Amino acid sequence: MEIVTIIFVLGGLFFFFAASIGLLRFPDFYARMHATGKGDTLGGFLIILGLAVYNLFHGGHGGFDLASILTSVKIIFIAVFIFLANPTATHAVFKAGLDSGVVPWTKEGSK
Amino acid sequence: MRLIATFIILFVFWMVMAGKFDLFHASLGVISCLIVTFLSGDLLFKESRKGRGKEVVRFILYIPWLIYQIILANLHVARLALSPRMSELINPQLIRFKVNLKSDISKVTFANSITLTPGTITADIVGDEFHVQGLSQPVIDDLLSGEMEQRVAHIYSED
Repeated sequence: MEIVTIIFVLGGLFFFFAASIGLLRFPDFYARMHATGKGDTLGGFLIILGLAVYNLFHGGHGGFDLASILTSVKIIFIAVFIFLANPTATHAVFKAGLDSGVVPWTKEGSK
Repeated sequence: MRLIATFIILFVFWMVMAGKFDLFHASLGVISCLIVTFLSGDLLFKESRKGRGKEVVRFILYIPWLIYQIILANLHVARLALSPRMSELINPQLIRFKVNLKSDISKVTFANSITLTPGTITADIVGDEFHVQGLSQPVIDDLLSGEMEQRVAHIYSED
């Protein structure tokens, strides 16, 4: 089961890494929102899933009892709330950028 | 009816969070859930209507497909971010398109699904027109193919 945890956490780290690189490399505010707002969703989800799996078999009093199942359910709840809050926050920041008149980068404009 | 449903959902959530099933903790939960249900019971379900159970089941079936799409799109954006020819591959543009969804809840579900899949962000909804910012051409084509909209419409029986 540790293998599963390692795969999930490594996958999550990869998406966080890609999101950070994207944040540095993308040309403007809006494109950077794509990198950070979303890479974090899947990255965080995978890491949380990995932790939940690990806790299910190693948490509580020796693993796989009521306490460890409840803790894993609580960990999954964190992921659920990230999935609800993240798109809403991304949309709010994006809309605020549009409303305050930040000009989007376009391919034609850069030439 | 919806007050009872609200109370049951709150109480199950309380039990999961408390993790203790003796009389003392359960009665604390009953008291606080009753107070919350009394104060804000009309927030969770706005109006009671038929077919709610079917919508919940369809929504749960929709989630695995959404996660699959999120993974696909995330890999696409990760490849764009790491590609040396990034500035040739991306083509950010704001697009507007009309949708056939009717109720507010289905529009919100669709808008949040769009924002969750990387590469597309819903900027605004005006009536039945969506303003969406797409990062590159493939993700925009995916969105305009309308598969996600059909699945969302199917959840709320609007297809």
